[in-house]
Amino acid sequence: MSQIENSTTLQTQNSDENGTTMNEMTASGESTAVADRPLGLETRGVHAWFGSHHVLSDINLQFPERSVTGLIGPSGCGKSTFLRMLNRMHEFIPSAAMAGEVLMNGNDIYASGIDAAAMRLKIGMVFQKPNPFPAMTIKENVLSGIKLANLKVPNHDEVVENCLTRAGLWKEVKDRLNASGGSLSGGQQQRLCIARSLAVEPTILLMDEPCSALDPGSTLRIEETIHELAEKITVVIVTHNMQQASRVSNYCAFFLSDGGPGVLVEADATRKMFTNPTDTRTADYVQGKFG
Amino acid sequence: MSQVDTTTAAVPIRPWVASRSSQAKGLVAPLMIGIAAYLIVLFTGFAGADGWALLFFLLILAVSFVRSRKLGKTKLTNSMFNVVITGGALLAFAPWLSIFYSLVSKGFHGIYLGYFYHDMRVTTPDDELNLGGVGHAIIGSSMMVLIATAITLPLGILSGVYLTEVRGRLTRLVRFVVQSMSGVPSIVAGLFIFTTVVVTTQTFSGFAGSLALSILMLPTVARTAEEVLKLVPEDLRSASYALGARQWRSSLMVVLPTVRSGLTTAAILGVSRVIGETAPLILTAQSISSFKFNPFSGQIASIPMYIFALLQIGTEYSMARAWSGALVLMTIVFLLFVVARRLGGKDKR
Amino acid sequence: MHVVYSLGDRIFRRIVTAGALTSLVILALIGLFLFARGAEIFRDMGLKFITGVNWSTGSEDGTTAAEFSIGPMLVGTIIVSFIALIIALPLSIAGALFIEFYSSQRLKRTLVSLLDLAAAIPSIFFGLWGIQIFSSIAEKWSFLLNSYLGWFPLFSNEMQVFGRSPFVAGLVLAAMITPIITSISREVYSRTPRELVDTCYALGGTRWGAIRTVVMPFGRSGVVGGAMLGLGRALGETVAVYLILNLVFAYNFNILEAQGGNIASLIATRFGEATPYELKGLLAAGFVLFMLTLSVNMIATSVVQRAGKDRS
Repeated sequence: MSQIENSTTLQTQNSDENGTTMNEMTASGESTAVADRPLGLETRGVHAWFGSHHVLSDINLQFPERSVTGLIGPSGCGKSTFLRMLNRMHEFIPSAAMAGEVLMNGNDIYASGIDAAAMRLKIGMVFQKPNPFPAMTIKENVLSGIKLANLKVPNHDEVVENCLTRAGLWKEVKDRLNASGGSLSGGQQQRLCIARSLAVEPTILLMDEPCSALDPGSTLRIEETIHELAEKITVVIVTHNMQQASRVSNYCAFFLSDGGPGVLVEADATRKMFTNPTDTRTADYVQGKFG
Repeated sequence: MSQVDTTTAAVPIRPWVASRSSQAKGLVAPLMIGIAAYLIVLFTGFAGADGWALLFFLLILAVSFVRSRKLGKTKLTNSMFNVVITGGALLAFAPWLSIFYSLVSKGFHGIYLGYFYHDMRVTTPDDELNLGGVGHAIIGSSMMVLIATAITLPLGILSGVYLTEVRGRLTRLVRFVVQSMSGVPSIVAGLFIFTTVVVTTQTFSGFAGSLALSILMLPTVARTAEEVLKLVPEDLRSASYALGARQWRSSLMVVLPTVRSGLTTAAILGVSRVIGETAPLILTAQSISSFKFNPFSGQIASIPMYIFALLQIGTEYSMARAWSGALVLMTIVFLLFVVARRLGGKDKR
Repeated sequence: MHVVYSLGDRIFRRIVTAGALTSLVILALIGLFLFARGAEIFRDMGLKFITGVNWSTGSEDGTTAAEFSIGPMLVGTIIVSFIALIIALPLSIAGALFIEFYSSQRLKRTLVSLLDLAAAIPSIFFGLWGIQIFSSIAEKWSFLLNSYLGWFPLFSNEMQVFGRSPFVAGLVLAAMITPIITSISREVYSRTPRELVDTCYALGGTRWGAIRTVVMPFGRSGVVGGAMLGLGRALGETVAVYLILNLVFAYNFNILEAQGGNIASLIATRFGEATPYELKGLLAAGFVLFMLTLSVNMIATSVVQRAGKDRS
């Protein structure tokens, strides 16, 4: 708490039980309020409902540019729902409703008049289960987003090589780009899905437990990939695996539900969350006392 | 320092759904287009409801095109296919809606209380509509359907039990045959029974009719029975075997009773499948105009043949009667569906 | 694993197996009967039964032999059914896509019930509706088609009578088989894996983009199976064709001309006054029809079953 009070920059809200702002721990231990850094994404007062069932309450979170933020917490507390609100995939569920704002470059993506499909080119998503398009080759898979959005791209081959390299898959498949997408192993398929998402040049990539269906070896490869990706884009990753969160993310946001709607307990630099969290519930969770 | 008040309760909204006012505004364009299409129909060679519908479709297509042009190729294609698919779906649904509407609008003229318990013995098809009735056809159809059910229900259940309980080596063959059998044309079923039963007994009969209907009904009953039996959880069978029960006891006393309403559904669906069949009855039971309660000798009435005969006469009153008969038949089928749907959820788990 | 069954169980299994095999027995019996009874005609006519153009009972005094062949009727069966399929298939796909992807939850439920009810409409209703309500519209369309495209042989019409043609019959049959095809297609489309559709949206695609990229390729074999089932139904349809199509025993490829027929309506028309020999001809015709619809149905069944299986 004291660090927040000591900060010299403007905060957008007080911290209280429900909303916290994030601070970055620099190497010297000084805190720099996150509001200093340019934000890739920001949410204000976000709630979610399915019908009358309130599943997320008042989430205020800031995602600094070119960083990896991990969303952690026990299962069922709304992390995946929250992730889906960040690129407006939540609304495809018939009973879904929301409140609040999700700001990209200061603009609320839920404002009327916003082109949701164009927004999703900028905020990409990788799903839990690897799902390359079965009727397409590896090359066609990578280019599928470009085709769907009818983007004008001068050199398809260049894009394919670029994206597969960034996803850490190029060396393995460069000789069989015309093989079916389904002929790859699980880990390779997931990296193909990452390459596919990268082809439309998002600035933010959302990842919903991307490694939970994969073996440890593939998991580590993807974590390396995430590190490299974060040099250029903002990554938000939902994960159940705390070790993964500590390995891969710069910031963490801890979600919790006591049977009611999920709330944001604490959000801070990863190192602080794991070594000296502010809230006792966070401490309990990261020490494995529950979850 | 600004402060966001988090103590007021948040209100769920759906910003992605068009608001009421913009929804209302969205209806203005189609309305205008509809009026435009109507005016064009009045003043050009386009004629009739179908002409209007075509114009309406083309105009909406044109308007969508103009509106979405500047949004880029994908959005344009999306809008165009929006219109095309909706139009195609409407065209697909139109005949059935037209039939349902006609059944009611043309059929209700001939319906009066006596319609259900009078026959056509003393009434000609051209008499006033408050004379005569379809009672004989209802009785005839009911008898034939009952006999057909008595034949197909046990066979269908046996088939289902074979596929789910006994699961012998011929399982795939039986399943394939049952499915293929549903493709037997109704006239072929009628022809078969004609050459076997009618020719040898030297008479048309309701019984021959019900045999022909059984051929058409069996696949439906067998397939539904199998689906219903498949829903019985495996643990139920395991529990029964674990108690030492033999297979036949287990099947008869444990499995079958739990799917009682499901099997009734199978029978009902089978009935609704055949109660409207005309072709097989042309060759087996034909048609008469008076009440008859013996299905085993001589021709018998049935609702489809009643409609068929009146249809071919083609006068104003006979057609009206045909529509009324059809309305009665459709109502019966509809009621059967409602009952089947209710029963479908009632099996104990 | 060899299981030893008790006596009770053995009897039970025998009875059940016998019951299950009745459908096989019935199917085989029908085929055998039709073939056996029609065999004389096949012997007398040979292959000409299928290719010949005569259905004549011969003269009273026996100087001209009776000659039965179903060429025009067989071709007519196929023509009318294909007209029906060509019209029904795009409409059914549109209907299925509309129900699955373009309608709200409530509307979808209503439409699915409506679809089930439509599939249960007896064929005679289509005859009734076809004659009383639809034929004038269909005649107008035939007239327009002939006016603008009459130069094309398929659409020419010498007699300039536009009522009871294969085209009109095909349209009515199309209305009849649409519910089945729509139903099966909708079911297949609804089984498209949710994540694939979501991925299309997540990549910034539109609804039509998702349908084109994922849903339709996924559902292709199921839709084909459904179309074949619809075709099977059209091939065997009797009453609607009997009432609408003007039965003329001649090859007719001008679908707008008021003449044609199919095997089923031939049987229905001629059976009343058939001599024993002619009856055998009808049985032979019935056999051909039976084989035709059976093979179409068997292919359709295996296609639909395969479509249900190899989708994970």
